[in-house]
Amino acid sequence: MTVALETKHTTAVSTGFAEWIDRQSGRIMVLPAVLLILTFALFPLIVSAYLALSRFALASGGYRLTFVGLYNFRRLLVGVQQYHFLGTFKTFGPLAWILLAIVLLGLLMWLTRYVRSGRAGVFGLIGRLISASVAAGVTLAVLATIVAGGFPGSFVTTLFYVFAGVAVQFVLGLGLALLCAQPIRARNWFRVIFFIPLTVTPVGIAYTFRMLADMQKGPFEPVIHWLGLGEWSWATEPWSARFIIIVGDTWQWTPFLFIVLLAAIESQPRDQIEAARLDGASNLQIFRDVTWPSIAPVAATVVLIRLIEAFKIIDLPNVLTNGGPGLATESMTLHAFIAWRTQDLGGSAAIGYILLFISTVTCVSFFNYVVMCARGYQS
Amino acid sequence: MRVERPSLLRRLIEPPNLETLAPIPKVATYAALIAWSLVVLMPLYWVVITSFKLPVEVDTGPYYLPFIDFRPSLDAWHYIFVDLGNDTLRPYANSVVVALASTTLAVLIGSLAAYALVRIRFKVKFASIVAFIALVIGVIVAVVELQVPWQLAVVIAIALFILSLGTIARRFRAGLGNNDIEFWIISNRIMPPVVAVLPIYIMFQQLHLLDTHIALISTYTAVNLPIVVWLTRDFFAGVPIDLEESAEMDGASKFRVFFTIALPLVRSGLVATFMLVLILAWNEYLLALFLSNANAQTMPLLVSAQNGTRGPQWWYMSVLIVIMVAPVVVVAMFLQKHIARGLLVGAVKG
Repeated sequence: MTVALETKHTTAVSTGFAEWIDRQSGRIMVLPAVLLILTFALFPLIVSAYLALSRFALASGGYRLTFVGLYNFRRLLVGVQQYHFLGTFKTFGPLAWILLAIVLLGLLMWLTRYVRSGRAGVFGLIGRLISASVAAGVTLAVLATIVAGGFPGSFVTTLFYVFAGVAVQFVLGLGLALLCAQPIRARNWFRVIFFIPLTVTPVGIAYTFRMLADMQKGPFEPVIHWLGLGEWSWATEPWSARFIIIVGDTWQWTPFLFIVLLAAIESQPRDQIEAARLDGASNLQIFRDVTWPSIAPVAATVVLIRLIEAFKIIDLPNVLTNGGPGLATESMTLHAFIAWRTQDLGGSAAIGYILLFISTVTCVSFFNYVVMCARGYQS
Repeated sequence: MRVERPSLLRRLIEPPNLETLAPIPKVATYAALIAWSLVVLMPLYWVVITSFKLPVEVDTGPYYLPFIDFRPSLDAWHYIFVDLGNDTLRPYANSVVVALASTTLAVLIGSLAAYALVRIRFKVKFASIVAFIALVIGVIVAVVELQVPWQLAVVIAIALFILSLGTIARRFRAGLGNNDIEFWIISNRIMPPVVAVLPIYIMFQQLHLLDTHIALISTYTAVNLPIVVWLTRDFFAGVPIDLEESAEMDGASKFRVFFTIALPLVRSGLVATFMLVLILAWNEYLLALFLSNANAQTMPLLVSAQNGTRGPQWWYMSVLIVIMVAPVVVVAMFLQKHIARGLLVGAVKG
C-alpha cells in the first residue's frame, strides 16, 4: 500500500539515499501505523469473517475448517442458540403491540420527513433505511423478551448495558460538571477525586463491588438488615444482578463524561452568561439558551466515544456475576469468549460480527443524526 | 426614595453577585458534591481497609474503622509479597513492561502518523486498496483451503501486489485523501476487540509467540493507535506551521523537524495522550485473557484469577487491587487537568 501513497513535494530531484529518504518521509511516517492496523485489525477481520462462515473442529495433528455458509448466524438468530443470544420469546401482550406500533410509526414518520425535506439523497436514504430497520429489529427483540415477559439473551442484555448505562452516566456527569463549574471553593479537590474511578481497573471494580454488595459481610449490612432484606440476594435475581453491573459501570465511567463536560463548560464565553444574568435570566434559562448550545457538540461527541467503548463490556459481567444468574448478565463479548472456550470458534466469530454490525450501525447513526446535528446547532 | 432591602428569603436564594453563590444553593451544591465524593471514595476505602483485615474479621461481619473496630494487620500484605513473592512480582513486572512499552510505541507511531497526515498531502488509489484486500483474501484461502505454507503465500501476494500497482495506478484515478486515511485509522476503535482477537490468537500461535511480551505489546499498540492519532492530530493542527517551514528551508529533514520542533511544541498534549493510553493498557483485560497464560500474565488476570475454589479470599485480593490501582491513581491525580484538556480538544474537533 505504501507504494500507492503519493506525496507532493517540490524539492529538486536528486540522487543519494538521504535525499530519497527525505522525499519518502511522509510515507515512512505513516507506514508503521498503517501496517499495524492492517495486521491487527483488517487482516483479523477478514479471517474472522471466514471463521464465522465455517465450522471449526480439532482433528488429528491440527484442526479442520468446514465451510458451512450462514449456519453459525442462523443458529444464533433462529436456531438452537437463540435462547442464549436473543433470548426466550413470549407472545406479545397488548402493551407490547402498542409499543411496537408507536416505534414503527415513529420510524416511518422520521423517514417520510426526510424524504419530504427535499435534501434526500440515495445514500442518505439507504443509511436511514438501515438505521430504521436495525432499530425495528432491536425493538422487536426487546419487546419479545423484556416487555412480553421472556428472558433476554446476551444481545438484549448488551444493549441494556449500553443504553441504560450511557444515559445514567451522561445525566450524572453533566449534573456534576454543572455543580463543579459553580463559583465554589475546593473545586480542584472535587475534580481530582471525581477523576479517580476512571483509572481503576474494571476487574478491581468488579471485585470491589462484589465485596460492597455482600449481604452478610459488606459495609451496607446494617442498612440491608434494617430493611429486612437479609435473606434476599441480589445475585439470584436477573434484574438486580444487571443493576449492580450498571452501578459498577457508572461508577467507573461517569468521571469520563464529567471531566470533558466540565472542561467544555469552563471554556464557554463568560460574557454571554454575565449578560444573560444581568438581563435577569434564571439559571434554567441560562443553561437552556447559553450553556447547552455551546457544549452540545462536545456532549454529543463524548457520548459517541462512550457508546463505542460501552459495546465492548466484558470485565464487569465476567467477574462480578460470572454472567449469571443463568445467562442474565452475559454481554455479547462474554458470550463470544464462552463460545471460544468451548471450541466453538465459528459461533464466537459470528457473535463478534453481529456485535461489530450493531455497534457500527449504532455509532454511525448516532454520529450522522446527533453529532452532526449538534454541531450544526452551534453554528 | 427608600432603597428596598430584599427579603431574607430572597437573600438566601439569589446571589449578591456573579462570583459568589447564595447560601441555599451553596449548601445544596456542597452537599451534592460531597455525596458523590463519598460514592467515589467509599469503595476505595473499603478495599484499603479490607487489605489490613484478618480473614476472621472479614467473615464475621462488617468492621469499618481500623484501630477502633478491628486491629489492622499486615498478614495479607506479608502473604502477597513474601510468601507468594515471585508469583505476584512477575505479573506486576509483566504489566509494567507491557503497558509502558506498548504506550511508548503507540504514542511514537501514532504521533508520527498524525503529524504526517496533518502536514503532508497523501493520495491512496482506491483500486490499490481493492487489490490489496483481494490478495489478503487470496492468501487466506490458499493457506486454509489449499494447505499452501503461509510464508510462501505471503511472499507471492506481496510480489503480485507490487507488480499490479503500476498498472492499476495508471488505469484508475479515484483515490482517498488525508481525511479518509485518518478516518480509517480512527474508525478502527469502533471495532470490538473480540472480533479480531481469534485470528490474532491463531497468528501468534503459528508464530509461537503466544504468552509472550511481544504478543501483548504489539496487540496493545495496535489497539490504542487510533486514540493516539485522533488526539495528537488536533494538537499538531493547532501548532503554527511557520517554525517548521523555516527549519525546512534551513535544510532540516522532515524527521528532524518532527522530533526537534513539532513534538516539543505539543508536549502537554502528548503527556495527556500518554497517560490515557497508559491507563487503558494497564487495565486491559480481554486481549490478555486470550493472548497470555502463565508467563506473560498481567495484573488484571492475576486479580481475576483470585476467585479460587474456596471462594474469593477478599483480604489477599484487596492487597492486589491496592497495589495495582495505587500508582495509576497517584499519577493521574497530578495530571488530571492535562488529561481533561487533551480530551476536550479531541471532542471539539472530533
